[in-house]
This record gives sequence, C-alpha cells and structure tokens, in this order.
Amino acid sequence: MRYLPLTKADRAAMLETIGVVSVDALFKDVPKAAEVPVSAFDLPDHQGELAVERKLAAMAAKSTASGAVPSFLGAGAYKHHVPAAVDHLIQRSEFLTSYTPYQPEISQGTLQVLFEFQTQVAMLTGMDVANASLYDGSTGTAEAVLMAQRVTKRGKAILSGGLHPQYAETVETVANLHGSVLRAPAIPGAEEDLASLVDDQTACVVVQTPDVFGLLRGLKNIAEAVHSKGALLIVVVTEVVSLGLLESPGAQGADIVVCEGQSLGNGLNFGGPYVGLFATREKYVRQMPGRLCGQTVDAEGRRGFVLTLSTREQHIRRDKATSNICTNSGLCALAFTIHLSLLGEGGFTRLAAINHQRATTLVDKLLTVPGVSLVTSTFFNEFTLRLPKPAAEVVEALAAKGILAGVPASRLAPADRDQRDLLIVAATETNTDEDIDAFVTALKEVL
Amino acid sequence: MSKTYYTDQHEWIRVEGDEGTVGITSHATEQLGDVVFVEVPSVGKTVAKGGEAAVVESVKAASEVYSPVSGTVTAGNNDLADDPARVNADPEGEGWFFKLKLSNPAELDGLMTAEQYLDFAKDH
Repeated sequence: MRYLPLTKADRAAMLETIGVVSVDALFKDVPKAAEVPVSAFDLPDHQGELAVERKLAAMAAKSTASGAVPSFLGAGAYKHHVPAAVDHLIQRSEFLTSYTPYQPEISQGTLQVLFEFQTQVAMLTGMDVANASLYDGSTGTAEAVLMAQRVTKRGKAILSGGLHPQYAETVETVANLHGSVLRAPAIPGAEEDLASLVDDQTACVVVQTPDVFGLLRGLKNIAEAVHSKGALLIVVVTEVVSLGLLESPGAQGADIVVCEGQSLGNGLNFGGPYVGLFATREKYVRQMPGRLCGQTVDAEGRRGFVLTLSTREQHIRRDKATSNICTNSGLCALAFTIHLSLLGEGGFTRLAAINHQRATTLVDKLLTVPGVSLVTSTFFNEFTLRLPKPAAEVVEALAAKGILAGVPASRLAPADRDQRDLLIVAATETNTDEDIDAFVTALKEVL
Repeated sequence: MSKTYYTDQHEWIRVEGDEGTVGITSHATEQLGDVVFVEVPSVGKTVAKGGEAAVVESVKAASEVYSPVSGTVTAGNNDLADDPARVNADPEGEGWFFKLKLSNPAELDGLMTAEQYLDFAKDH
C-alpha cells in the first residue's frame, strides 16, 4: 500500500465534516502556555543522505559511549556483553516483522518463543506463571500495583524507600487514580520498617532487591507481615542477572515479581526500548495484565501454542479488561530468551558470579581511596559509596578524564540533600582489571 | 414452596420467602460455550436490580451477570472457582452463582415465567 499524506483538500473535507474552520480552531482548547510554535524547533531544511549521516555522526561523537570508556553506570540500566548470535537471530524476518500472533496456525514460531520466554521468567523469579512481557520494569511495577488493587479490592500501595525513584514516580502516576501511594523515605544502606505501615486498607507493599542503592533486601519477614494483613508483596528486580545467585523472590514469599530484563540480550538503547518481566502465582493469573501464551494440543493431539486467557483483555473485556496493555516487548523479549538460552542455567549462574566478583574487586580497591566509604554492607554487582564531596561534581570531573564513574544518587532524588555525597556504582563482566584500576587512579586524582 | 423467575439478560432467580438463588440459564450457557471462570459477589455486598453482580467467562467471551432483583448477598457459590464447568453441566442446579436476601420482592413482578422465557429465548 502506498503511503500518501493528507492533501489540503482532505484536511478541508474533514474539517468541514466536523464543522470546524481550521486545524488551529480544532485545538483551541489547548492553553497558549502549552503550545510550542513550529518556529521554536529551528529545524534545518532537508539534506541528502550523506550529509545527514555526517551531521548525525558528528552529533553522536559528542557523546561518551559507555562501550568506548570504562563505564560503571547502573541504577536500573546495565551494560552487559550480548553475544553476537543474539542480534543475528533476532533480525530474522520471521521475528523482526512478525505481527501479533493471534492466528496460531501461522505463528507457531513466535508463540513458542513467547512460551519459552514465559517459562524462563517463571523459573528465574520462582513463580508459577509469567506473561509475555511488558514495556519495562517501571511500567510493569505500576501494573503490579494496579493488579494488587484489583486482587485485594483495596487502594493503598506502600513503596519501599529503596525502590528506584523513577519506578516510584511511575507507580504514582498510574496507581494514584485507583487508590493512594505511600512512599517510605529512602534510608541508603539500611532496611526500613515497612511492616508497621501495613494495615487493613493496604493492597500491597513494593520492595526492590537489590535496592536502588545496591543493598540486598531480605523478603521473608516483610512477606509474612504483608500476608498477615491480607495484602500482597510485590518484589522488583532491576538487575535480572542477580537472580543467577540470589534466592528467588518467589521462594521468599513474593506474590508478584517484576523485573527489568534489559541486562539480558539488550543494549542500553539510550534508556529504551526495554523489556519488563512480570510473574505471579497461578491463583492470580486472571488478574494479570498483558499477553499470555499457553501450551495446548491440536485436533490431532500434537503440541502447539496459543495466546490464552484472552478474556482478561480489551478486545473481549472492553472497559473491564485487567489493563490497557495490549502488546508486549516482543523483540526485546526474544533477545532476552536467546541470550539466556545461550548462557544456559550453569552459564547464567557463572555470569552472576563474575558480576559479583567484579564488584567486590572494585569495592576493595575504591575503599583504599582516602575519604571514600561503603554505604551498602551487602550488594550484588552494584553498591553505593559516600564521597567526601558532592557526587555529581566528582562524576563530572571523572567524565572529563574518560571514566563514567556511576550515577550520583542526587540525580535520582534531587530533593534529598542527605544523598548529595552518594555515588551508585555498578560493575559487570564487561569491566576489566584495567577499567577498575583506571577508575581508582582517576578518583584519587579528583578527590 | 419456591418459584423461579427469568430475566431478559438470561438470569434465573429461584425465590423462597425473601431468599433468592441466582444463576444463568441453560440457553445462556449454550450461547457462551464452555465456562472456564466465574467470579461471584462477596457475602454482604448490596446488589441492585439490573446491576452487575457476577462475571462469567467462557472460552470465547466474558459476560457480566446482572442481579434480577435488589438485595444483599448471603452466599456465593465458591465451588465454581475450582469447577466452573458445573455451570454448563447443571446451570439451574449446582451451577448457581449467588444467593441474596430480597430487599424489594415487588421487583419480581416484572420478571418472566419459565414459559415466557422459553418463548423469549427462541429469538435471543
């Protein structure tokens, strides 16, 4: 089908039909303050492909790419090595261009991948059932809160202070419409008393582990406290590789587990697209948002895969659908599944062990720098340091030396002055001994 | 001595004194196909005549079940959670959805008898 943009005559006909004299008149309800005039964009005129390539390459060269220098950035997005086979396989046209697999008779390949993905997610999280993915970890967390509100028929959500602030903001944006959101204050490096906040109106408690500062959170006590009040425990994991070493959230009493799956198969991608993992217990499956692939048999008894429990979704349930999510991060989920399949169970555990070992090596060396102390007594591959001066200044100075040192806590929580000197640092299998030594040397110079 | 009434939304209500038992008709289950999930109202919930009271899902559709009359729910058929197929097997017996205490028995006057409903169901 050719794509033809609208002609002036088309626009005029449409405006006449709805009884409006102009496009501007159609949008007259938009306040002037919210309007951005076209002239404000100051876009250059069109140019040839070669000229555009050069211009964009010059713009890109101004950025310091995380792959080009020692990078210790984390805080919800992690640089891992993605095997070349992943990118090669996901570019097969059957995957890259596949349409929503509503017709199982022509989509068995795509459906089987979704089923494998769901199986992997359920195993990683220690849960009964997982969906075919959501957009990312933060929107997945918001969906989990909405689901808990539906399951418990209660409105109050309690968010741990260790939950990534941007995740908390996403939850507030979405879940405030249906109830109330209580954010516990952040106490870097310490567990908080969330149990005392839980009451008969509480739908759920949301805890992240490792938390935004890198601290590992025990879940069993809070799970018991939450369940004793009839509420649900939602566990958030932003670094999915940690599940290669740590006890699964499901084994510790989680009712819903949400993870950011970017670490496996997916690059940093400037912050997206990412892939949200969402898993729960079987008894809640009908309240789970998103797409779900199931295994069945055809009329001749042969194994096959179909999208199932669609009665939860919008095309059947209309306004009573469990959520307005009507898609999944298909390609990112495929990359996740291929990467994890290449690693295998043993390889995944080894990858997690390497990540933890890199982080412990980095911590030991950084603590030799005068004035630097460790805030998080336990960690997986990310930890928080207290510096003798504001972390944002230190990060800028180190960036000028070609080291991406980490994320200042103040960038995530600008209003919290107590976090001004805190630096969140991540290490992965991509960080060599040379990277670590360069970081330590440069830090000594700038402090 | 109980008496059964029917609605134009394919619900039945069997009334004895001021107590009613509600479910969906055999004709409704044939239209729905295999029932895979039922959500029944919780005890103590107040329902209004024509208001949503329960949900029934089959392999091909999800439908609301409306209360034939106003009242307060006194029981939900929790066995349907584990065995929703009872709705297909015995829609006007073991497949009942909920029981309620009628708050306005006069509302029954607008409902259909079995004969009227069978006639109605031919075209719906």
